[in-house]
Amino acid sequence: MSHDRSTWILRQKIYEKIFLVVSVFFLICSGLVLGALLLDLAQSGTSRISWNLFSNFPSRFPEKAGILSAWVGTLLVMLVTCLAAIPLGVAAGIYLEEYAPKNRITTLIEINISNLAGVPSIVFGLMALGIFVYKFALGQSVLTAGLTLALLILPIIIVTTREAIRAIPLSIREAAYALGATKWQVTKDHVLPYSLGGVLTGIIIAMSRAIGETAPLVTIGALTFIAFLPPSPVQTTAPFINFDWLNSPFTVLPIQMFNWVSRPDPEFHKNAAAAGLVLLIITVSMNAIAIFLRVQFRRRTRW
Amino acid sequence: MLKRQKSFQHLREWLIEKILLLAALSSVLVTLGIVFILVLESIPFFKSVPLTNFLFDPYWTPLFSNPRYGIGSLVAGTLVTTLVALFVAIPVGSMIAIFLSEYAPAKLREWVKPALELLSAIPTVVYGYFALLVVAPFLQKVFSLIFGDPLISGFSMLSAGLVMGIMIIPYVSSLSEDAMRAVPMYLREASFALGATRFQTAIKVVVPSAFSGITAAYTLAISRAVGETMIVAIAAGMQPTLTLNPLQPASTITAFIVQVSLGDLPHGSLGYQSIFVAGLTLLVFTLSFNLFGHWLRKRFREVYA
Amino acid sequence: MVAVAPLFAEERIKARVDSLNFFYGETQALKDVNFFVPDKKVVALIGPSGCGKTTLLRCFNRMHDLYANMRSTGRIFLEPSGLDILSKKVDPIELRMKIGMVFQKPNPFPKSIFENVAYGLRIRGEKVASYIDGKVEAALRDAALWDEVKERLHSSASSLSGGQQQRLCMARSLATDPDIMLFDEPTSALDPIATARIEELIDELKSRVTIIIVTHNMQQAGRVADYTAFMYLGELVEFDRTSKIFTNPTQKLTEQYVTGCFG
Repeated sequence: MSHDRSTWILRQKIYEKIFLVVSVFFLICSGLVLGALLLDLAQSGTSRISWNLFSNFPSRFPEKAGILSAWVGTLLVMLVTCLAAIPLGVAAGIYLEEYAPKNRITTLIEINISNLAGVPSIVFGLMALGIFVYKFALGQSVLTAGLTLALLILPIIIVTTREAIRAIPLSIREAAYALGATKWQVTKDHVLPYSLGGVLTGIIIAMSRAIGETAPLVTIGALTFIAFLPPSPVQTTAPFINFDWLNSPFTVLPIQMFNWVSRPDPEFHKNAAAAGLVLLIITVSMNAIAIFLRVQFRRRTRW
Repeated sequence: MLKRQKSFQHLREWLIEKILLLAALSSVLVTLGIVFILVLESIPFFKSVPLTNFLFDPYWTPLFSNPRYGIGSLVAGTLVTTLVALFVAIPVGSMIAIFLSEYAPAKLREWVKPALELLSAIPTVVYGYFALLVVAPFLQKVFSLIFGDPLISGFSMLSAGLVMGIMIIPYVSSLSEDAMRAVPMYLREASFALGATRFQTAIKVVVPSAFSGITAAYTLAISRAVGETMIVAIAAGMQPTLTLNPLQPASTITAFIVQVSLGDLPHGSLGYQSIFVAGLTLLVFTLSFNLFGHWLRKRFREVYA
Repeated sequence: MVAVAPLFAEERIKARVDSLNFFYGETQALKDVNFFVPDKKVVALIGPSGCGKTTLLRCFNRMHDLYANMRSTGRIFLEPSGLDILSKKVDPIELRMKIGMVFQKPNPFPKSIFENVAYGLRIRGEKVASYIDGKVEAALRDAALWDEVKERLHSSASSLSGGQQQRLCMARSLATDPDIMLFDEPTSALDPIATARIEELIDELKSRVTIIIVTHNMQQAGRVADYTAFMYLGELVEFDRTSKIFTNPTQKLTEQYVTGCFG
């Protein structure tokens, strides 16, 4: 009997060893894949990295083609996205955590948000095409792109805002109420300042997601080859700010990369690699900053 | 010394609450907008194309002079790429999750978790590049070595699906791991006290206890795979072919929408409407998965004492 | 059975609780509570876990309004105005400006020491810096904390010890000159030395503020309270001068509790 038991135990331990080897292998493989990606991008792309890359428009000649219109487009579109998504998302998050009573409307809103988080990004593009581009006649413009991405990342901002607010202990709120503070005073003086770290982290992650989005913007008609820049938002004559750039056609960095990678000419693939490197550096560093911030804030506010 | 006009402050409190409520309701507006426009543009489509054609025609060629509108080939493309992706992501993601939750020391976890998160932060267009220009040639080389034949052309559902799977691994591993870590220690201790190995405990106690969280992770992964656009648009080719062979190129529902959007379509044409129909199909799929996942979670939700 | 002591001629009433019932959803937590709170004295609420003493305390400053599914019947009158605290016509915000609360676990805001104490004044619209400075110093002196923190008013409140944090919370409430101070087991998270300091403070404060204190520590009630209310399973069993409750209670249940027959 004990012989059977010891073989059984031995077998279990062998299974465990196999599992450990395989899972560590998978972990390392994931790392290797990431490394292979980076290596390839670096190999192909660094030949194109130069000041020219950032200051040239796309062209028929791969050596001359640059991402000027693309990164300017990304910047302008992200400006609109931030201005739309951040106030809306943070406000909605505050409402749901601090003000919302437990009734059917609140449940409806919450179900909605979790559904939206699962809707593919291209469907947002379709909605924007039908509604923003045509029904609202906003055209295939920077404004449309910014609004589309803003709606896409809205659920992310709402969820992270809620989580940041939820981390604040009840006793702090009760102490403030016990002093005679109104709900808005408690929100403004305590909830918002103490949750700022978490909210900021969520915003950065959401924005990094938006920067990398391609499909919805292609759907609304972002151009893949533009050799001009949208008009500048600031100008030297009064009234110093103009809004023409909102209506302008545009392109963004991921679309430029998509355009180059889709061409058969392998020279353009090098451009694609360069654009990919730029994109990667932007998105990965934003995420890294967000993770760093999250750790910092968690360390600083000890409840 | 109370300096407060009571009624003004009450008005301000009320106003602030209503403004915040409007912000929260905006999310409902977005959903309504999506459903509205997809249905609106699909109605005229179905007036011209009978539903039976749509469901059963094996050819999807809306841009040809003799257009045909059978969604089957797009669905097949989506299905195969999703399955390939899940074939990679679910085993790898789950094993990594078990490892991180049950075995890894805290220091290791601190590094690995953010690193995996970074994997999911890579823009999908970069993954598409990777699939087309690195993975596909690599697979061709491997197949030539093993089978004497590259087996795949530059575009295939295999290369796209594999890379999609890699992209989805963090979704599976992160959520599953969170679910497993939420299982209280005393359940594990009961298992250890009976003489089980850590692996037995992980498989027989922790995983079943974390079932609802793990299914949430899997449904999220499925949704993500079905809705993925750029990787397949770049690496799977854009020809809608009705095939279940992952070695073939194909088009998915999402890739089709991109392909059409890249061209010029007159507003209101049948071709224009076809992308909305495709989008509606996609939405129906992902929403059904979400609802199913939600129902599963409710049914099996564990409440720890 | 409730027994309430007769009112002595020289004592005034600050508050009167009249037929108070309280419900959490379907569960009744307070059953027909009647007693009075004498002015500028300390009333202790004692009783075993779950007797409703904290629920009763939190009725005074309408903390229950913050949560759903709670309702009460009955009244709590403030004297001499005759205002019913529990009436819908009374604004809880204004009420809380007259009634202060110190919680079980010290909960200073993650702000500086100065800002913690000043907060109650700021939300009332006080802007004059010299006035605020004066009130903050006075409050910190009343809480016997001034000498310990006067050099570091702008450092973070979390740098203080547990006992100091609790005194800071007292100062925070005192800065707004409340009529009544509610203490919810204020020393249960503190060591004996810090506890003794808080009890000293309560003794000093009662000449200016009426105090109601919930405590699960009978000896503490014996040390600080003038009057004691013994509660059991939501009912007020006996209310009398502290000396009488502990040496010669009229109710059998009270006697059993204070002699430690049950906990």
